[in-house]
Amino acid sequence: MGGPGVVGSRVLGGRPEGLTTIAMDDDDLDPRARLVVVGNGMAGARFVEEVLERGGGEQFRITVFGDEPHGNYNRIMLSPVLAGETHEDDIVLNDHDWYTDNGIVLRAGVRVERIDTAAKVVYASDGTSTAYDHLVLATGSYSFIPPMTGVRRDDGSLLPGVYGFRTIDETRDMLAATTRCTRAVVMGGGLLGLEAARALQGHGMQVELVHAMPHLMNAQLDAEAGAILKKSVESLGITVHLDSLASEVLGSEHVEGVLLKDGRRLDCDLLVVAAGVRPHTDVAVRSGLEVERGIVVDDQLRTEDPDVYAIGECAQHRGSVYGLVAPAWEHAKVLADVLTGTDPTAEYHGSRTATKLKVAGVDVATMGVNTPQRDDDEFLVISEPKRGVHMSVVIRGDVLIGATLLGDTRKVAYLTQAFDRGTPLPEERIRLLVDLTDGKEEVGVADMPADSQVCNCNGVTKGAICGAVADGCGSVGAVMDRTRAGKGCGSCKSLVKQVVEWAADGDLAEDPAVSYYVPGIPLAKPALMAAIREQGLRSVSAVFAALAPDGKEDAKSKMGLTSLLKMIWGTEYVREKDAEFVNDRVHGNIQRDGTFSVVPQMKGGVTTPAQLRRIAEVAEKYEVPMVKVTGGQRIDLLGVRKEDLPAMWDDLGMPSGYAYGKSFRTVKTCVGSDFCRFGLGDSTQLGIDLETRFQGIESPAKMKLAVVGCPRNCAEAYVKDVGVVAIGNGKWEVYVGGAAGASVRKGDLLATVDSPEEVLTLTGRFLQYYRENANWLERTYDFVPRVGLAHIQAVLLEDSEGIVADLDAGIQRSIDAYTDPWGQDGKEPASPGQFASSLPLIPLPKVPVR
Amino acid sequence: MSAPHLEVAEAPTTPGTELGSPATGVAVPGTAGPPAGRAYAVARLEDVPLGEGRAFVAGGVQVAVFRLRDGSVHATQAACPHAGGPLADGQTDPDVLVCPLHLYGFRWSDGSSTGGVGRVRVYPVREVDGMLVVDV
Repeated sequence: MGGPGVVGSRVLGGRPEGLTTIAMDDDDLDPRARLVVVGNGMAGARFVEEVLERGGGEQFRITVFGDEPHGNYNRIMLSPVLAGETHEDDIVLNDHDWYTDNGIVLRAGVRVERIDTAAKVVYASDGTSTAYDHLVLATGSYSFIPPMTGVRRDDGSLLPGVYGFRTIDETRDMLAATTRCTRAVVMGGGLLGLEAARALQGHGMQVELVHAMPHLMNAQLDAEAGAILKKSVESLGITVHLDSLASEVLGSEHVEGVLLKDGRRLDCDLLVVAAGVRPHTDVAVRSGLEVERGIVVDDQLRTEDPDVYAIGECAQHRGSVYGLVAPAWEHAKVLADVLTGTDPTAEYHGSRTATKLKVAGVDVATMGVNTPQRDDDEFLVISEPKRGVHMSVVIRGDVLIGATLLGDTRKVAYLTQAFDRGTPLPEERIRLLVDLTDGKEEVGVADMPADSQVCNCNGVTKGAICGAVADGCGSVGAVMDRTRAGKGCGSCKSLVKQVVEWAADGDLAEDPAVSYYVPGIPLAKPALMAAIREQGLRSVSAVFAALAPDGKEDAKSKMGLTSLLKMIWGTEYVREKDAEFVNDRVHGNIQRDGTFSVVPQMKGGVTTPAQLRRIAEVAEKYEVPMVKVTGGQRIDLLGVRKEDLPAMWDDLGMPSGYAYGKSFRTVKTCVGSDFCRFGLGDSTQLGIDLETRFQGIESPAKMKLAVVGCPRNCAEAYVKDVGVVAIGNGKWEVYVGGAAGASVRKGDLLATVDSPEEVLTLTGRFLQYYRENANWLERTYDFVPRVGLAHIQAVLLEDSEGIVADLDAGIQRSIDAYTDPWGQDGKEPASPGQFASSLPLIPLPKVPVR
Repeated sequence: MSAPHLEVAEAPTTPGTELGSPATGVAVPGTAGPPAGRAYAVARLEDVPLGEGRAFVAGGVQVAVFRLRDGSVHATQAACPHAGGPLADGQTDPDVLVCPLHLYGFRWSDGSSTGGVGRVRVYPVREVDGMLVVDV
């Protein structure tokens, strides 16, 4: 549909000597089937690539007809070419040599006129006929020129100075025109029109945009977003006329202006018509194939003739015609699967279209619907006209069915995932659109430099993660396995996920294991707990035997299962030492040289001279290399050999402080009301009571608590998994979900209660709710925001789910099951060689002695 | 402060296991090590609890021996090639051994790492008359 091609004579992607086609005689001895592709655009060429990728070069003699004389080029990139930002040579996808190298006959510049489906022959404009066994129509679309008086000359060609915006030749002609023209009118306020307007304006032309609808990009945006886009476009210096139709094109030899229906006249010497495209179906119509809006195809892209297929923008599948490249590429894949026999049953079931574009310098991403369509659809809109930002999501029944991002597309990868997969949405819907942080402003992953470190534990950069994605890691889990990102303290996991999603640009395999409680059992936590209860599985080996695929054990699942079974069964849990992590096997925290740390219980951080004296004696007796006061207000004896542990515990005569487990750790306290002149409540005693009640209880991740006697927060209760603050008059505030470790987060105020007893009850309920519902290794600072404070308050304070009595009983079961492991295993080893050295030839400790 | 347990350690009998040599280098016998394929009975079967691992010295080489719940027995070098972690303290399944320090996995089949941190040496091990016998 080129305009007068006065400039564009050079063949894009052609050979330097100008040789554009190689005539090859049909070799009757060639046993390969004849595959003929009509159309050498994005769809047709991609289809040929997909066929070759499946070894189709052995099966088929391939002939490709292209209306344009050029090789295959990236039509999407015509806008930057028009803008002068990209050279036309850089948008070539496959040049003529590529076809030759792959044994493909390219008939560039030859238009197919008609198909004889009975004889299985195509007739081309150069008078040739070509026989086929399989025929693929990928004829694409053409620019729609609305009926306007004077737009065409008598011979049907466009008036000079009037251009569609579809091909490289049209683009070249417009580029040439920019040097001699000064005023342009662009008809059409959709994507293409906006792109053309911006490109021409960038060449210094005065540009006016005429759009027939009440707002710009009406196919993708709602009115409000369209209005914001209009402001952004106008700020570039482009005049926008909405609700305006052109009735007449003025000028006899060359365009001089357009006349609008309302009588206004816009002068111009260049008119670009970008009022939509129409599927190119002439050949199919002439050949008797069924055509509605496009060429009608079934789920295998087959037309009503069993040997003729249609793909890309010319095809109509289940009533839909797509004008985007992604569906065309899906067509190409499915059809290549079918024709090469790679997957003869492959089917195409339609595309969920999500687009991410840069329109007139403004980032736009859209997917699904742009406005609510039912009464109970949720609709969240964030509109900042001044900043040119408009974002909205439409949710139906907890599933994202549409999103529009204008001016700020940082969340597009995340939303695309949610849209494509129907993944769970955050309860606070606003988190779909903005990252809520309590601290510093987060840098979007797109803006992070490649060398910035994402996982600090394992030193993994954004670049390394992107490299893993480029190398074919198709899921977050695969990237984490490859790079070890997120496998240290785990605090960066969500960032790793964001980077992976960004790098894959939505092209991620679904990773079902993400929802599993542990990797080796394909069940999420609620289903896993139900199965364990129903089948009475009381040991880790019984869980593997009953629930793992093929009953197969998985080393990295054992620790999480041990914790879960202890929580579910209490004293009825059947202990298996091999299912425990080494820390739990020997009740100490393993150190880098294979020694252990010993932390005696010191409730509330309160000790006595006698206890200190005993600890000092033991430290000297066993030559403990380091004695350290911990962050949890206790004393740590570091560098203890495994074989010395039982004797040390015996000499200490104190219970374990559980400083090694995924369990309740400590309760820090301040000196409270007894000594402190500001104290409002007896925080010390409440801390001791909390630790006495919940000591040693296992949980999905460690639980660190604190109680302070006033809001001065000396024991840092605001940043604990559970933090309790005395506020006077006998009242206590209970905060949950705080952290001051790898993540720093102030806890959320769960409730204000009237007595220490209520603090104990509420803390027990919260801890049990967390134990039953958190994912393995999910700290409360992730759990609370994920579940939502309001939901937790409803469940725990108003008993909205009727489970409070069960929670109370559940935590009591674990409290009753508490035993001091040091007192138990110290006397009698739980298994042979429980405390035997694991590095018998290496003298330990190797840590420096202070 | 001097550490009395330093004196307890035996003099090394295998090149590469000198006191103070890095743990990563210790368990892999040097080129002048004992003849390959020599069998050592390191323990009774019941000395290694089901599903767990224990470390022993076989001909001057420290080895970690594992009994899996599927009945198989395995033996590897005792120190992790990554950072010298005590592999006998690791957790196991039919495919891999997982070091307790940084959770790197090593395949029983050939000792290769699932996380790209080198390879552990795998020794042939079998049960003979209730004894665990390792070829070093």
